[in-house]
Amino acid sequence: MSDQMTSAEQAPTGADATPMVLAESVSKSFGSNEVLKDISLEVRRGEVLCLVGPSGSGKSTFLRCINHLERVSSGRLSVDGQLVGYRDGGDKIYEMHPKDAAKQRRDIGMVFQRFNLFPHMTALGNVMEAPMQVKGVSKAQAKARAHELLARVGLAERADYYPAHLSGGQQQRVAIARALAMDPKLMLFDEPTSALDPELVGEVLDVMKNLAASGMTMIVVTHEMGFAREVADTLVFMDGGVVVETGDPREVLANPQRERTKAFLSKVL
Amino acid sequence: MTDTTRPAAGTTPPPGGSPERSPAKVVKLRHPWRTVFAVVLLVLLALFVIDAAQRTAYDWPAVGKYIFDRRISEAAVFTLLLTVISMVIAIILGVVLAVMRQSQNPVVKSVAWVYLWIFRGTPVYVQLVFWGLIAIIYQSIDLGVPFMEPWVSIPTTAALNAFWIAVIGLSLNEAAYMAEIVRAGLLSVDHGQHEAATALGMSWSKTMRRVVLPQAMRVIIPPTGNEVISMLKTTSLVSAVPFTLELYARSRDISVEIFNPIPLLIVASLWYLAVTSVLMVGQYFLEKRYARGIGARPDTVAGTVPTAAVPAVDVDLDTEADPGSMRHGGDAR
Ligand SMILES: Nc1ncnc2c1ncn2[C@@H]1O[C@H](COP(=O)(O)OP(=O)(O)OP(=O)(O)O)[C@@H](O)[C@H]1O
Ligand SMILES: [Mg+2]
Repeated sequence: MSDQMTSAEQAPTGADATPMVLAESVSKSFGSNEVLKDISLEVRRGEVLCLVGPSGSGKSTFLRCINHLERVSSGRLSVDGQLVGYRDGGDKIYEMHPKDAAKQRRDIGMVFQRFNLFPHMTALGNVMEAPMQVKGVSKAQAKARAHELLARVGLAERADYYPAHLSGGQQQRVAIARALAMDPKLMLFDEPTSALDPELVGEVLDVMKNLAASGMTMIVVTHEMGFAREVADTLVFMDGGVVVETGDPREVLANPQRERTKAFLSKVL
Repeated sequence: MTDTTRPAAGTTPPPGGSPERSPAKVVKLRHPWRTVFAVVLLVLLALFVIDAAQRTAYDWPAVGKYIFDRRISEAAVFTLLLTVISMVIAIILGVVLAVMRQSQNPVVKSVAWVYLWIFRGTPVYVQLVFWGLIAIIYQSIDLGVPFMEPWVSIPTTAALNAFWIAVIGLSLNEAAYMAEIVRAGLLSVDHGQHEAATALGMSWSKTMRRVVLPQAMRVIIPPTGNEVISMLKTTSLVSAVPFTLELYARSRDISVEIFNPIPLLIVASLWYLAVTSVLMVGQYFLEKRYARGIGARPDTVAGTVPTAAVPAVDVDLDTEADPGSMRHGGDAR
């Protein structure tokens, strides 16, 4: 995978030249099970990258390595020019103290398939929690910002509801607002609509589309090929822990080059 | 059981049914034996009460005389203090042990396991007797380098009076049970919660304090309520230390004075019941507090959501067969 960036000609200049995410030969094993094999890819600022592939291909694992929820076995993963969870030491990288890794995660938002909202807090409480506890933002400020974010995901009316009293789509939108409250420079989505009833998928995708339009850098693991075609700048197809094919989503979806991509797309499209 | 259901009971419509038949009335199943049983019980109870009121052995005047006796009410305060202080220490130590048992470090894990093995594996009465003898086994508490002249040396009897020895004995024993209850609570919280908090940049301790423990509380509180009530009653064993200012020992002392144990047993029982009731009320409010979000109060959602989806929180306190407390079923009391 050396020529995975299709858009080198549009590379921005100046400070923006550092990619938002840079993976260099990332490998990850669980015991003897090699789940990621020598993954290299790059995500530019403001880019939306959709990651697709069959179940068990390592998509979630890769996403979790980006914010160091999972340790990499070898290789380098950096966000905004900085290794995540490790300190650079030439040909070796050294694991950080968990406290320092926690600091880096502040800038990386993550949205989960099963929402993982805090059930003992209201929607508002969920969104206020991290800014107050992690960044030390004042309560009044956190509250104002949380109301603003809930309005942005269309849930101004639901601020005082507990997650158990919200629909799946509403819960996922709260989860997006919660991640945005930390003002992340990168958002990771792990199958954000897979746990939703079909009629609720659209409202979550709409929020994500708006987010993409606002210039957020996003990596989205999804099975929603329509979303990928419409919103993504890049589509990456993974299978068996390797990147099989990368390219413009419209081209890859219409005209896949590899057999494995073809086989997968024929099943999901 | 309304009157409207009665007429239908006698006049069963013919089977097969004609088209103009009116909608069938529902006859509720009646339970006449329940009523009979309740009446029998009430009669028996009345007989017992009338009989008890007349029996001189109960010595009701003495019950009335001693129920608010100064010595008894002071003893009740000591019993409550023993219960509360021992439980607070036990809960803190229990959380520490529970976290130790979850540790990746095998040394830490085994230390916790051995602690549980010893303190759950021996009767609390035996432990209390042992603690009572601590001043004989270790005559002084020394601080300093081993095998050298200590920097500080305090006689054990000066450092620890019987009350504090009783507290140590009760709390170290109880901590072993609390550890298991807390561990069950921690395990009940979905791993995704931990993950979401971590992904937001929260440290491990913040994650525990703000996200995991508050949710574990729902599972931890009901069996802990059991433990508190159980502890209240276990304090009657601290005469093994010997500490004799608590309720049971005190009432026994008085009964020796008046040559009749029965009225003082009634007095002690009434006080134990009173304190237990107060503790149960406290537990009810704690459970309500930590049920937020799971059984959210209707007033917080302003009736916009059907409240039928709200499960009632189980406040049944005195279930002996609680899975969380695998404890001294009846003890040695
Ligand atoms: N904590 C873990 N321990 C051991 N193996 C794991 C662990 N997490 C994931 N795996 C394995 O890694 C492989 C990739 O898992 P991963 O969750 O990344 O796949 P995925 O592409 O996200 O699949 P899906 O579409 O089903 O979510 C699977 O074979 C899985 O069994
Ligand atoms: Mg996955």
